[in-house]
Amino acid sequence: MSDTFILDGEEIPFEPGQTLIEAAKAAGKYIPHLCWHPDFVAHGSCKLCTVKVNGRFVSGCTAQAAPGQNVENRTPELDDKRRTLLQLLFVEGNHFCPSCEKSGNCALQATAYELGMLTPHFDHFYPDRPVDASHTDVLLDFNRCIMCELCVRASRDVDGKNVFALSGRGIDSHLIVNSASGRLGDTDFAASDRAAKVCPVGVILKKRVGFAKPIGARDYDARPISQHVKESR
Amino acid sequence: MTAKIKLATVSLAGCFGCHMSFLDIDERLLTLLELVEFDRSPIDDIKHCGPCDVGLIEGGICNAENVHVLREFRKNCKTLVAVGACAVNGGLPAQRNHLDLGDILQEVYQTSLGLAPGSAIPNDPELPLPLNKVHPIHEVVKIDYFLPGCPPSADAIWKFLTDLIAGRTPALGHGLLHYD
Repeated sequence: MSDTFILDGEEIPFEPGQTLIEAAKAAGKYIPHLCWHPDFVAHGSCKLCTVKVNGRFVSGCTAQAAPGQNVENRTPELDDKRRTLLQLLFVEGNHFCPSCEKSGNCALQATAYELGMLTPHFDHFYPDRPVDASHTDVLLDFNRCIMCELCVRASRDVDGKNVFALSGRGIDSHLIVNSASGRLGDTDFAASDRAAKVCPVGVILKKRVGFAKPIGARDYDARPISQHVKESR
Repeated sequence: MTAKIKLATVSLAGCFGCHMSFLDIDERLLTLLELVEFDRSPIDDIKHCGPCDVGLIEGGICNAENVHVLREFRKNCKTLVAVGACAVNGGLPAQRNHLDLGDILQEVYQTSLGLAPGSAIPNDPELPLPLNKVHPIHEVVKIDYFLPGCPPSADAIWKFLTDLIAGRTPALGHGLLHYD
């Protein structure tokens, strides 16, 4: 018999060593997240998965499940804070959904729908972030980067290439490409890499397949992201 | 019977797509007309907004005239609604925001190929001056409700308006809330 904790009033079983988000996912419960992916080591940076354990805020992707924990997840208090985090992400980049190939398949957008974000609320930064179209098969549109480091982890830990990294500090943080020119076309990055398929937003895009799925057939058209919890991310 | 709700609408730095989507409520317009009376709107061509219950703003703010019109709406409308991506976050017009306005005007009117000899940047006093950056309307006046979408679908607009008119907090839910 496995141990259990309480998530929003429901008993959730867990295996020793599992994090809160892993145990919740296994039980079919959605904890909002952006930088976490079940295939990669937890990053704990986006803070969307913040839950309250016995009254204290913790990241659900890094905190281990323990017997007797009382975990609050989808409460108005936590969802309000998550919505604010999303609004900060939206105004820091250039998230112009109507022209984005990822629209309808985007975890940032779908999470914002899930949490009922109607307005970015804050003043927009409108940063200048030129795209990198130098690679033959893959486009980089940095305007949409949320710095989740999933591509960094995938390229380093799975592909063994270290193509991506974050550079700079604070508001100057940004995604960089590991080549002398700084361009993706001058790396050994390939469209078949794990890093090419892991971006939750519309930064790393395969060329010549944009808008292939029509509106209505996209990942989050039929069901909200909270109902995709059993799937890979 | 209580008096009809007064509704005004305008398109600022938008493409009128949200108004087209509004017209897409089709025969529900007749139901709506039993509940509301239009003040200033492209639908009736009234030029200035009087005291209203609800104002629907399509488009962001890209020039001085947009600011004047938006402030007129805020002054006259008890409830002001940002309708569509441009009003909510600047939308397509805001895609110029990382460029220098002077450079854009020079390229479009003076240096690009195919212009007639002597072409110059328009400078008629009738033309409103463009702003350095395009802004969403909540950066200029207080906005009471936001209805995102490019454009929001007719069903989303209908759900929003019927909720608002019935005195409920408008709630779109999955399928009606979208940013594209």
